[in-house]
Formats: sequence, structure tokens, C-alpha cells
Amino acid sequence: MTSRMLLHKCVRTLLKAKSQSKLMKGYLPISKYATFTYVPDTAPREYGETMKMNLFQSVTNAMEIALESDPTAVIFGEDVAFGGVFRCTVGLKDKFGKDRVFNTPLSEQGIVAFGIGIATTGATAIAEIQFADYIFPAFDQIVNEAAKFRYRTGNLFNIGGLTIRTPSGAVGHGALYHSQSPEALFAHVPGLKVVIPRGPIQAKGLLLSCIKDRNPCIFFEPKILYRSSVEEVPVGSFEIPLSKAEVIVEGSDVTLIGWGTQVHVLREVATMAEDRLNVGCDVIDLRTILPWDTETVINSVRKTGRALVAHEAPITGGFGAEIASTIQSECFLHLEAPVKRVCGYDTPFSHTHEPFYLPDKWRCFEGVKQLINF
Amino acid sequence: MTSYFGRKCLQNCFRLLKYQNVKVPLQSSRHISVSPALNHFEEDRPVFPGSRSTYTPALEFLRSDMYDGIPVYRVMNKKGEVIQKDQDPQLDDDTVLKMYHDMTLLNTMDRVLYDSQRQGRISFYMTNYGEEGTHIGSAAALDPGDLVFAQYREAGVLLWRGFQLDEFMNQCYGNNEDVGRGRQMPVHYGSKNLNFVTISSTLATQMPQASGAAYAYKRAQNGKCVICYFGEGAASEGDAHAAFNFASTLDCPVIFFCRNNGYAISTPTRDQYRGDGIASRGPGYGMATVRVDGNDVFAVYNATKAARNVCLNEMRPVLIEAMTYRIGHHSTSDDSSAYRSVDEVNYWDKEDHPIARLRAHIVSRGLWNDDKEKSWKRITRKRVLEAFSKAEARKKCNPESMFDDVYDVVPDHIQKQRMEMKMHVNQYKEHYPLKLFDKMSGL
Repeated sequence: MTSRMLLHKCVRTLLKAKSQSKLMKGYLPISKYATFTYVPDTAPREYGETMKMNLFQSVTNAMEIALESDPTAVIFGEDVAFGGVFRCTVGLKDKFGKDRVFNTPLSEQGIVAFGIGIATTGATAIAEIQFADYIFPAFDQIVNEAAKFRYRTGNLFNIGGLTIRTPSGAVGHGALYHSQSPEALFAHVPGLKVVIPRGPIQAKGLLLSCIKDRNPCIFFEPKILYRSSVEEVPVGSFEIPLSKAEVIVEGSDVTLIGWGTQVHVLREVATMAEDRLNVGCDVIDLRTILPWDTETVINSVRKTGRALVAHEAPITGGFGAEIASTIQSECFLHLEAPVKRVCGYDTPFSHTHEPFYLPDKWRCFEGVKQLINF
Repeated sequence: MTSYFGRKCLQNCFRLLKYQNVKVPLQSSRHISVSPALNHFEEDRPVFPGSRSTYTPALEFLRSDMYDGIPVYRVMNKKGEVIQKDQDPQLDDDTVLKMYHDMTLLNTMDRVLYDSQRQGRISFYMTNYGEEGTHIGSAAALDPGDLVFAQYREAGVLLWRGFQLDEFMNQCYGNNEDVGRGRQMPVHYGSKNLNFVTISSTLATQMPQASGAAYAYKRAQNGKCVICYFGEGAASEGDAHAAFNFASTLDCPVIFFCRNNGYAISTPTRDQYRGDGIASRGPGYGMATVRVDGNDVFAVYNATKAARNVCLNEMRPVLIEAMTYRIGHHSTSDDSSAYRSVDEVNYWDKEDHPIARLRAHIVSRGLWNDDKEKSWKRITRKRVLEAFSKAEARKKCNPESMFDDVYDVVPDHIQKQRMEMKMHVNQYKEHYPLKLFDKMSGL
């Protein structure tokens, strides 16, 4: 534990030194782009001693624990050896050796397949795709291979040891290929688990669960939170269960459902609704997209009678559609208004138009107003 | 430049065989480092980090027709005679007979299953005609613990390792004894015990996976390597490129075994590539490479044996291209006479067949004769037909098992769907083929 804390001290020092370096340019989740306010989470006491970490540090911390506790675990991808373009693997190569933390050639289909191969032998593979926007070359390996491995072999073989981490979501200026949220494309694939954290504590606990889980997991890391979210993260090992949503704000009038960065938008919307409309909201962080926690959502909507789902990804075929249709069939008699979806528009992600594209707090607030006034 | 490149190619091919007896330290370093180039800075040598070479004042394009194709390594001629004594693998009589038995047994199984598909008794089949030598020769040279990633036309590898006729048949029928639980199309075999990773239809996806598995084996230091089979058509996929490059840069002990049988369904190699086959790509990725006569089981055996030594002694990948000919149709869904001549097929079937060549060899060794051939044919046909009828008579897996193994445990939403399916089928029983399946619980 001490060595881990030491590593993080080093990471922080290194960051201070490097923050102005060229390496960091172009990957700047700077607060001036943020359309939300980050409210730090508090970890349960029983998780033990904590330390201030941002999201990328908590991800590093989780992987460090994984490598320490499992000698078969390896981390690989493009540029991970020197610490990663988002600093998520800083210090790990030096600590665990270059055969455990290594660069691969620049090929996403190769990276995922290589991870599948490692996992076939029973070892643990933590693959990184540099941006979720570049996961599509590996779509075949993920959909046809990783997801179906256990099923098609009759459980003779499985690749439960595979986790794919990838930065996703809007970042202020990422345009078409550094902003995407492709979770819905993977939600249509039986056999996968798809997980998205909202902050450093969540990232660590959920990532450790993904790495331990005996199914292939895709872990989307909201890149705008890498540096802008900071909170006290337990330094020891802990896991947050997959397929369990979390109600982070309680209210009785409207249910707001989101994940990743959007949870913070919705938290603020709940405050606005309380202050301006005297409306109380349940805010639910879905956390796992597949298999998702229908029970928590259904229970909340049966209580409130109104639901709003918000996500950055385009609305048509987005995961909000799945949630809305489930709410419709499970809560029909409780609904006081049609389920509202506030999402990205059905366009590619434009560079200069980002402020108008995102389902920001004003669009979500308006959605709540419409639900109440229906 | 021409002669230099040509020589280099030849060296690459024959170096393989020399490796057979060379012991190299386990973690031998073969990395190209920048520093030697930097030392030559004053001699005006290029110091670009991306390559190691010299400057030239001549503008010359390197062209593929500047040198002959990579030669085809052969041990036996068409009459089954060993051409050069020192290349004889000197396998004992039992091993050579097992090679012949397995090749012919595979051939008999192919004939029975092909016909059964034609009669509509199984849904699909792919034969191995003409490629039996590549399977058996390579499988015999491996350790049974070496991990196999296959494409779909490598059933002989399983046969060599001890996969039973019952197991082949159970998979093709998708019955309740099939270890794959009837979920995949016929010929998508797999065996955990025999270290043969279950086949999937997606071409070339197994190739970079094999590199990954080999990397894990290297880390585990288990003294095993990985072999990955694929056709020359699959080698055009992006995954093949990823596989070669990853294996090479990450020093993975994997043998890439290409079955170049001249066709990808109807597409001749002329439409598949314009270089010198697949082997010529190996040196481009920094891989030790060799091309062999795929109809010569001893040549395949020698090359695979040597490749395995390279893998394990030097911790690096090897590419083997076995030249052969796909005598049968691509699959039971294909009529190959639509795109190639009967004469062409007949040549390979009658004049240059791996089984015929090995038969000539074992006859000359006094191990085989016409009587033995006749009785062996009778025995194998009987065994195959027996296994066939047994598999055909079995029921299919309980329909509920369709919902298992999507995940390690069945999640709530899938359990709910299983329940819905059961209730639905219960209500509409007469419209579903229930009598062919094991009984669902509570129905």
C-alpha cells in the first residue's frame, strides 16, 4: 500500500512537471470546456484509507493493483509503455517490467485479438484502445469473437480475462473522432459487458470488477473527467458490482437516468429543478450499460411516474431507446408522461458546434419542465 | 541489387533447416537497435530510425519480378522416393503407418459425411481432399501440448491428436453429445483436452489471437508453442497483417501455417495477390519463412519440426507456406466445376496426391500392400458408418441450453427470456420439433 501511495506521489510530481509539455497538448480535458460541474463522491468508510486522485490516477491505481495481485496480467496498446497519451499507465512499465506493460503496433483489430489470444490461455489481458472512436477496426474481433467465445465453444474455452479500456465521450474540442460514445453499438451484442464510470472512485472499483469478471468487458472512460474530476479514492483494493445502477440523488417527482459525464449534468439539473420548479428528482447513474440494472430504474419510475434519459450519443438507436422502451413496458400504468430522451443529435460530432450538440443542463432542464407540464 | 535480394530470399528459406540443430539462448536478443547506425554516422550512412540500410546514388525500384519465387522444399518425389538422404526424417514404421492411417481415415470420413450432406442428413460439410498431408505432417511434428488455432480445413490435426470419430460426428449432427452443444455449424470442431481452439467461421480472426496466446505461453515459460492454420485467401484479411506484425514485434513463439491450395472458394490466387504467394510476405515482417510441398508429408513434417525449434529456441514467429491443391469443392454449398476444369482437378487427384505419395513410400518400405489397403478401407468405412449412425440417432441438446454460456452465469434478463421461450413453446408445442430434442424441464 505504501508503494502504491509512493507511485502516486511520483505520478503527481511528474504531472506537474509535464503539464506544460508537448505530450499533453491536444488531450486537454480543461475545465473551460466542461459543460458540467464536478461534485466529488465520498467513498464508504469501510473501503479504508484514501488519497486524492483524479480519474486517470485512479485508473492507474486499479491497474497497478491488478498487476500486483495477478502475475499473469498484462497491459498493452498504442503508447502505453511510456505512460499513455492520457497518463493512465504512468510508472507501470518501470514497476512491473516491459513484458507486462508494452506497446503494440498501431492496429486496433490486432490489439483486441491479441488480448483475446492471451485470455484464451487463462491469463488476464488489459487492452487499451487509444480513443473509443478508433475501436471500430476491432468491431469484428469484439462482436464475432470476444462476445461469442464462451458460447460457441460450449464453454470449452472462454476469454473472461479480457478487459478493453478506452477513453470516450465529449472533451470540448474533440470533433468527429475524439468525442464519440459508442456504447449503444456494443449494447446490442450478447456476451459483452459494457461499463462506464462517472468519477475516480467509481472508475477504480468498476475497473477492478471488470478485470476480475469472467466475461469480456469494455470499459469506457469519460476522457473529460481524466483530470477535471478529483476526489478521495480508497488506496486499497475494492470492487463495485457490475450490472448495478446507483441512485445518487433522491426525489419523488421525476427519474433522471444517465451515465459517465452526463450524470454530473443530471445532478445539476436536479438542483435546478428543485430550486426553480420545486420538483424533486431521482438521479440514477446506470454505470453498467450491458447487462443493465432494469430493477433500479423500474422501481424509481414506478415511484416518480416520469422519466428522462440523457446521453451524449446520437438519439436514434442510442441506449436511451432501450431504457425508454423497457420503462414503457414495465411501468405503463405508473407513467404520467411519455418517457423523454435528451441526447446528442443524429449528426456526426462537430468541432465548433459542440456547445449546441450536447444534451447540456439547459436541454435537460427543459426536458424536465416538459415532463412536469405534460 | 537483384542478385542480393534473390540470395537473401533463398537464405531465409534454408536457414530454417539449419536452426534445427542450433541451440540458442531462450531470450536471445535480435532487436535492431539504432545505436550501430549512429556509430556509422561519420561514414555517411543513413541514421533514420525507421530502417537500417545504406545510401545509393541509383534510382532503382525493387520489383517482384527481379528474383525467382521462393523455392518449394521437398523431401519425397511423386513416387514416394526420398530425394536427398539427409533430409529423410527417419520416422519409425509405426509413425509412418499412423500418418497413412490417419490420412486415409480422414478421407473416408470426408466421403461419408459429404454424401450424408448431399442426402440432407447433415446441413453442411467441408472436405479435406488433397490437403491431408499438410494436416498430418504438421500435427506429427508438434508437441500434443502445443495450442492449435485452425481455420476449418484442418480436421486431420484433430484426428492425429486423438479426436474420436464419434466426436467429429456429434459436432456435425449438433447432438446432445457435442461438446459445442450444437451451437455452431458442422466442421466447427474444438477440443480443450487436445489443445485445439474451437473453430469459428470468421476468416483470419484466429491469427492475431494465436499471436496473443503465444505471447502468454512465452511469459508462462511452459515450453510450448502455438500453431495457426489459415488459407491463402484468409491471408488477405487485415487480421493476417496484424497477426504477422504483432507476432514479430512482440517476439511470439507462433508458427503461421498457410495452406495455399490455389483457391478461395472460386477466387484463384491470381485474383488474391500479385506477389510471390504468402511466403514472400514473411521476410517483410521480419519472420523466418519457408515454403514446402504440401503434398509431401515428410517435407511438411520437417519444416514444422524446424519451425517449432525456431519458435522455442529463439522466441520468434515462423511462417510456413504449404503449396497444395484443393481437390474437393470449397464446401457442400459450392460446385467448383463452375470455375475450374475437371482436367485440372484430375491432375492433382491422380498425379500428385499426398495419400498416393505416402502410399508409394510405405509400399517401397515393405509396410503396405494391396491386401492391407483393401482391408484397411473396409475397416475404416465400417468404423465411420458406425459412428455416423450413432450420432444420427441421438437427440439434440435441451432447447433451454440455448441460453447458457452467453456469460459465465445466466444474467437476469436472459433467464427471463428463457422462461418466456419455455412458456411459449409449452403453449404452441405442436409447432416445434420437440421430439428431436432433449426434454425441457417442467414441460
